[in-house]
Amino acid sequence: MKNETNYDAIVIGGGHNGLVNAAYLAKAGLKTLVLEQRPLVGGAAITEELIPGYKFTTFSYALSLLRPDIVQDLNLVAHGLVVLPMTNVFQPGFDGEYMLLGPDSDVNFHEISRFSAEDAESYRDLSHLINRVCHALKPLVDAIPPNSVSQDPADLAEMVALNQYMDGLPEDVRAMLGKFTRCSAGEILDEYLESDLLKAQIVSSGIIGSKVGPYSKESGLVWLFHKLGEYDGVQGEWGFHKGGNGGFTQVLARAFESLGGTIRTDAGVDRVLYTDGNEGNGSEVTGVRLKDSTELSAPIVVSALDPRRTFMQLVNPDDLPADLVQAITEFKFQGTASKVNFALSGIPNFPGLDGRSDIFTGFTNIGPSFDYLEEAFADCLAGRFSRKPFLDCCVQSTVDPDMSPPGKHIMSCFVMYTPYQLADSDWDSERENLGDTVQATLEEFFPGFGQLVEHREVVTPLDIERVVGLSEGNIFAGELFSPQMFLNRPAPGWNQYRTPIGGYYQCGSGTHPGGGVMGGPGKLAAQQIFNDQRPEGG
Amino acid sequence: MPQTTPFHDLLTPYNETGIWKHWSGYLVAPRYQFSTTAEYYAIRDSVSVLDTSPLFKYRITGVDALRFLQAVMVRDIAQCPVGTAQYTCWCDPDGFVLQDGVIMRVAENEFWLSAAEPSLRYFRATATALAMQGVGIQDITGDYGILAVQGPHAHSVLAQLTEAVDSMAYFELAETAIDGCPVLVSRTGYTGDLGYELWIRADQAQQVWQCLIDAGKDFNLIPVGLEALKMARVEAGLLLLGVDFESSRFAWVDAQRETPIELGWRWMLRKLEDDPRDFIGRAAIEKQINERSNRWTTVGLSIDWYDYERVHLEAGIMPPKHDLYCESTKSIYRRGDKEWDYAGYATSFLFSSILKKPIAIAKLPNDLAKPGTEVDLEISIIHKPANVLATVQRMPFFNPARKTEQPTQPTQSTGRISS
Repeated sequence: MKNETNYDAIVIGGGHNGLVNAAYLAKAGLKTLVLEQRPLVGGAAITEELIPGYKFTTFSYALSLLRPDIVQDLNLVAHGLVVLPMTNVFQPGFDGEYMLLGPDSDVNFHEISRFSAEDAESYRDLSHLINRVCHALKPLVDAIPPNSVSQDPADLAEMVALNQYMDGLPEDVRAMLGKFTRCSAGEILDEYLESDLLKAQIVSSGIIGSKVGPYSKESGLVWLFHKLGEYDGVQGEWGFHKGGNGGFTQVLARAFESLGGTIRTDAGVDRVLYTDGNEGNGSEVTGVRLKDSTELSAPIVVSALDPRRTFMQLVNPDDLPADLVQAITEFKFQGTASKVNFALSGIPNFPGLDGRSDIFTGFTNIGPSFDYLEEAFADCLAGRFSRKPFLDCCVQSTVDPDMSPPGKHIMSCFVMYTPYQLADSDWDSERENLGDTVQATLEEFFPGFGQLVEHREVVTPLDIERVVGLSEGNIFAGELFSPQMFLNRPAPGWNQYRTPIGGYYQCGSGTHPGGGVMGGPGKLAAQQIFNDQRPEGG
Repeated sequence: MPQTTPFHDLLTPYNETGIWKHWSGYLVAPRYQFSTTAEYYAIRDSVSVLDTSPLFKYRITGVDALRFLQAVMVRDIAQCPVGTAQYTCWCDPDGFVLQDGVIMRVAENEFWLSAAEPSLRYFRATATALAMQGVGIQDITGDYGILAVQGPHAHSVLAQLTEAVDSMAYFELAETAIDGCPVLVSRTGYTGDLGYELWIRADQAQQVWQCLIDAGKDFNLIPVGLEALKMARVEAGLLLLGVDFESSRFAWVDAQRETPIELGWRWMLRKLEDDPRDFIGRAAIEKQINERSNRWTTVGLSIDWYDYERVHLEAGIMPPKHDLYCESTKSIYRRGDKEWDYAGYATSFLFSSILKKPIAIAKLPNDLAKPGTEVDLEISIIHKPANVLATVQRMPFFNPARKTEQPTQPTQSTGRISS
């Protein structure tokens, strides 16, 4: 195996989608190689012990969207999959106000009633309707989407079937789905709820990781997308993987290797190799060339990188159709999120709930009102990071004691807005300023926070791009906006995991269903590869 | 009026739900938090404490104590050295199980036993009938409280309080002291995980409790209720009296009774041919073994995840999974040409959060009891019966190495971390 250069399939990028894809290929008996540029696999789902005993979830930090059939298909439980439930959502408000939502809907009813009796009831209706919308979308999320531009009768038939499916949905589900695709999360929430604190908590799912504010029209779809997941069948719920999301990708790596797959780290890919397409014959992939000039051959090469890298860097865009190149050029990345991770000597204290660590067993959202979030977004539009940022904080050590030394804690803070392009500065200059701003914000809500900080890690969009390779630091490998989702992810006609080069496929988060630690792209791309291998009509 | 355990007042502040139920006439919490699954993961991922004080507790002493237990218990207590414990059961003369329980041999002639149902009079009457004057049976139920400390970090917590746990092997015991209070510790439990049980004098409950809570603070030690315990015990393949079997004592007909063989405890009788004892029920059990006349075999069922999803999705609903634990009987059918061909039944059903699939404990006839055999399990979908594919498998369903391994401090729980 040592000097092996021939494989049945080579997957470029050892993030979760690359690993999922590779594991499916290996399971089908293909001799599969995963190439990872970094010394460790996991991509944007890694856990790093930056200081002894403290496990930092450097980038992604929670699980929900992971397609449950992948867990079964790849026997992930046997390889150590353990997802701990995130039970509470804590939303501090201004002046010591807060809303704490948990696993009991009746208790939540009373908690919301403190702010609005009507909201308490409306929240249930809205939640159920969203659950039904997500449920209706499940077959579409978990299947290769149809091709909307092809004139092939089979593709046309799929489009007809899609439209029939949508027409067959219950009226209220269809109407709500329409709102999600056309309206902002803010508008939808205004229709159902009046409590600003509750709306601000919910809208966090509509802005997260995206260059949108509560009232930007794209925020509806971003919100819906983040509800598509589940925890043990409970729609929209989240969990922590044991040991952070790096624990999860290690599970994937073990599953892949147990199926006979090979992982090569420190193996960045320079180029995908393919034949010239001429005289009616399309180009065919032949292998890859590594940055160290090693050439490896395989009849199937799958890129788990984002669309820009897949189409503009790994291959020569001049060899691709102009409309595809144009679509990828226009594909929006515009990363706006950062991470600031803390090692803490104790649990942060919220005045009024002094000493309560249970409030941190899920998400803690700093973003107490629409106005606060809009102001944070205005900074972003002006080309600077939010002076009062939105934070989505997790203290996984409150449910998983192995994340930190006994009595200590590890806190992951997702930070917005931090535009990739700064108007008057650059991220290498602003990195610690951002860290200070986040820390000052936390100090406001959790007085004494600063004294708990033992170590701080700041991860800017530029760091995400440099380290993980996600263009412009977009955590979803491209915005989750309608024009680049489903039929159009990453480009109309190229949403079925194929590329114009025969045998060259794409399986990253820039393909359907999209970003988040979902695995769907990896799985569906494998399905497409199997479809293509099967003889016509077979 | 229901009784309270020695830990009741100490546990009350933890009970966010305000719900208490009765266990042998004592108040116990089904759960303390609003999420049973969160408590369940304390057992599987950090560390939990459970008040099992309502168990009946007996001290069996005297020169005839060993002989008495040899005559009553299905397993030979002579094989249980001083300082160890033994999980066993006892039967009626027809070989039907009365109860199961754990016996701890604290001295040559001293045994402590915990049991789900009162047995003082039964044991005393049996001793008399066997003409064993040299055995004393005392009910010490009220004298002691029991705390089960279970989970990957159970050792990390207890090691701060007593060195006794450091070298303790699975099913070993130690008489030790915590903060000067004598405590009997056994490496046992009902969770199938790393864990210990502590017998604490009732009048010292508060003192030991406080030490335990302080030691557990940094490991997320939380009290857990019976619901989380029951989830864990299904995964561990541990049967529950009143759910997976009935005591023969109060059964009406033999159809409600079961022998150790039928309950899957054939392993308790592994060396029966070399065992000269004439324990109660032996002849009937031996006959059943020789004739293979057991009516049932207790097996694990692994429910097919894809089928379980399919039947629900086809009905337009989300498959129920979260916090799903069910103790009502579900029918099992033979797969074949004949529809609804009744074969057996499941007694406990659980969506195992850690295994990410539904599992069940079931009774099947011998020809269907082989691991790998496929059967249909009947579940209810929107009030209608539907069958899902289930496969017979060996129990325990979940059996982490840490349960029996020598723990190191601090104990690492499941899952490896990337570097």
